[in-house]
Order: sequence, then structure tokens, then C-alpha cells
Amino acid sequence: MAKLILSLEGSVIREVPLDKERITIGRKPQNDIPIENLAVSGEHACIVTILNDSFLEDLGSTNGTLVNGNPIKKHILQNNDVIEIGKYKLKYVGEGPAAHAAADDFEKTMLLQRSPVSAKAAAAPKAQGEPQAMPAPAAAAAPAAGSGPATPQPRRPAGEAQLLAAIQILNGPSAGKELELTKNLTTLGKPGVQVAVITRRPQGYFITHVEGATLPVINGKTLDAQAHALNDHDVIELAGVKMEFFIKK
Amino acid sequence: MANLSSVLEVTSATHPGMVRSHNEDSIAADTEIGLAVLADGMGGYNAGEVASGIAVAMVSTEMKKALAAKKPDELNGKAAETLIAEHSAKANAAIYQAAQSQPRYSGMGTTLVVALWHDNQISVGHIGDSRLYRLRGGALEQITRDHSLLQEQIDSGMITKEQARYSQNKNLVTRAVGIDPEVDAEVHTYTVQPGDIYLLCSDGLSDMVTDEDIQLTLSSLQSNLPLAAQQLVQQANDNGGRDNISVILVRVVRDFPVRTGLLERLTAWIR
Repeated sequence: MAKLILSLEGSVIREVPLDKERITIGRKPQNDIPIENLAVSGEHACIVTILNDSFLEDLGSTNGTLVNGNPIKKHILQNNDVIEIGKYKLKYVGEGPAAHAAADDFEKTMLLQRSPVSAKAAAAPKAQGEPQAMPAPAAAAAPAAGSGPATPQPRRPAGEAQLLAAIQILNGPSAGKELELTKNLTTLGKPGVQVAVITRRPQGYFITHVEGATLPVINGKTLDAQAHALNDHDVIELAGVKMEFFIKK
Repeated sequence: MANLSSVLEVTSATHPGMVRSHNEDSIAADTEIGLAVLADGMGGYNAGEVASGIAVAMVSTEMKKALAAKKPDELNGKAAETLIAEHSAKANAAIYQAAQSQPRYSGMGTTLVVALWHDNQISVGHIGDSRLYRLRGGALEQITRDHSLLQEQIDSGMITKEQARYSQNKNLVTRAVGIDPEVDAEVHTYTVQPGDIYLLCSDGLSDMVTDEDIQLTLSSLQSNLPLAAQQLVQQANDNGGRDNISVILVRVVRDFPVRTGLLERLTAWIR
């Protein structure tokens, strides 16, 4: 079960399990997590938990709610998020280690049962007992997703950490023109004549033939239909245009 | 029965992904009858494969038989929708019975998306969170609406589509084939334009690759559909490949009206 760890200036005050659908935080004593401090509004924020997701919402507090230093109105809590209310900090810990082991199982598509009379338990993982071929669920994925359970959100490994490359045109009227390859896919050439695509992947940049009777030429060698890894200072010839591929950073 | 093999260009790809040991998705496409079917199974051991396999095999073979018995002009939007709904219901009954009779298949189920092209139209039925997208004029549109907890949360305004990307509740479907004795497919019919590209996919694609990247891939590689399909699978795997990934891409090469009236038949003959 997810929990919050309440602390003030580095010393832990208490741990609060998110065992209710709605948990309120505020100065008034009737809150689930009362915080006796004038910087905290009477009803400051609340956390609504639905299955694996916990939603933090600021309830229009005077001094606002921060998550990892950014003010929020509504936020889906991710493992290790730090909520700041006044001088107090609440660290969100998504799941215990036991739940973590089952996380991969849980990620499989399953049916959310409505009728409580049904013999099948509500939202029970249908994959129970299935031997997992991968012992570490998060090992294959999420190079930099932090220590918590890997989130199945679309990741963009092509982020800042990845190198950036560009191509520069070497001949013809556009000679000298440079094109940064910032997108996951960049097509080059003339549609209907010859087109190739440069894909940006975690492993680097690759070029693949898309259409046309002629295949692209790299450093004087004609490619086959397969993807070809690009190296710094490779020269690409495509539809009569020569261009150089180079790594910018 | 109209033959659409010169009208539709179809390509498909399916991959277990980077994490799962086996592929529980099933796909089938038949350009002659203009049918594409995709299912994403769920259940322990290999029950997920069994469920999605039954669904795809039943819907594609039974619909082919039913369509062969029909004249092209008998197949309007309404008739196509009925056909999809009926055969989805039959697949549901078959999977449900198999799950009831064999303990190792207990609780198995599958999502299902069925697309049928006919008379310049597409009729699509779906159950669960497998999707149909359409690329038209460079813009990507999601045609089906998931039967999932997340979609309900989006619909009720609880979370935005942007926030939904970070949800942990991605894989909870509210409707599935084979779990209950009866299930209704959601079926709709849309007009088709030449040049449209349709994408049927399992959530292994749509959870791992953003709509923007799907749009970019389809629009830049539309002249080479097999490469586009391969690129979509590769991007899902590059982003973690946490689930099985299946895609069916269908390009509408030209229009395909059913000629009914005498005058129309005559003009068609003269041309």
C-alpha cells in the first residue's frame, strides 16, 4: 500500500498509509493529517486514491502545495514525489517491496469487474500463477526511471541525455544548409523519387530506405533495405544530394 | 460479395515486446473481404493466447462465410454493424464456454477490435482497450474509445489526457470478450476517403508510443507501410516494450462504392 512520510526539517514525524479513498491534509484537527502550523490552511490539500493511482489536489490553500518544488493544483503522485506544505514535507512512497514484485503481473491487461456478486474477484489479475520469464520486471526497461516501480508511461529515451546529431548538405543549391535531427523520425529526399528515413533511437541514429528504385549510398557504398547505423561524418547520397551526418554533442 | 483486394493495402506486425515471454495478441486481415481483426488476450499460462486466438479465428472465418452469402448491395452500414456485433457475441460465447469447461482456461478473456470496409465506409466494433486510429490528411485521430477505467476517469473530468499518461491504472478494461456470458461490442460506421490510413493496435503500442509519435511515423512513412509497421513496433520496444505489440495498417488506395441502380451500373459499364 502506498504511504506518506511526514517530516519537518529532515526529522520524520509520522508515516501515514493511504488506506482510505480520500485523505485530507490541513490545519484543522478533523483532517486525516492535521498539521498545526499557521502557514497551513484549514483544509489545505487532499489525496484521492483509486487502485494504484493517488491524486493530490490543492484545495485552494492560501500558500499553495508544491510537488518536487513545483506548485501544483492537481497531480498524480509518482513514487518518491516530495509534497511540500509550508515547512512540512510529505514523501510519497508508491508501493512496498512485496507489491513491487507483483507490479509486472498487475500491469497485464485485466478486466475490472463491476458486479460484486461475480465469482471472479474485482480486478483480480488474471495472470496469477503465470511464471514470469523475466525475474526482474523493471530490468529490461527504464534506464533512468528512478528506483521505484517502473511506470508504464511512454518514455522518451531520446531526451537530453541522448546525443544530438545533424546533417549538412554538401552540394547543390542548398549546400551548407544544416538540419538538426531532433525528431524520432526525419525523412529525407524527394517523395515519389527517393526517400530515406533517419530514426533516432536509444542506441543512436539509423538510416533506412523508404521509397524509390534507388537505395541510399553511404560513404560510396549502396545500402540494402535494412536499417543501417550512422557514424559521425558519414556521407549520405540521396536523390543526387550529398550530405554529411555528424554528432553535435 | 465485392472483392476489395485492389482497394486496400494491408500490412501487419506483431511482437512479444521486451518483457513478456510470449505473445498473447492475435491478428488477422483479409483484403478480399476488407476485414481486419486484432485481439489482446489475458489469462494465466497460455490462456490469453487461446482467448485472443479463438476470437480472431472465429470472427475472421465466420464473417468471411457470412459475407460470401451476401450480395454487395445488401451490405450497408447497418448490416455490417449487425454482422460485427453478432460475431463478436459468438466469439464471446465460445471463449466463455471454453473457460467454464476447462479449469486451466478459467478467467481467460480478450479485447477485440474488428474493422470491415464496405461501400466507401468502414464499420468498426470494439470491446476493451485495443484501438482503431485513422490518419487523414496528415492528422491522426483515435476512432475507438477505450472501455477502460482510465478512459472513464478522463470522461468524468477527473484527470486530463495528459495526466493519464502517468497513471498506473492503464491496464484495467471495463469490457472484455469471454469473461461474462454476454457482451456488447460498441459498433460504429464512418465514411472512408481514398488515402486514409487505418491503424488497429493493441495497448502495447498505444501505452508505449505517444499519439504524436504514431502520427509522425505514419505520416512520414506512409509510402512504405511495412516499414511504418516495423518502426511502430521498434519505437514501442525502444521505449521499454512492456507488453505485446500488434499493429495492422490498412491504406485505402481508391474509393469503392457499391453500384446499385441500373443507371450507375450502365455508367460503370461504359467507363
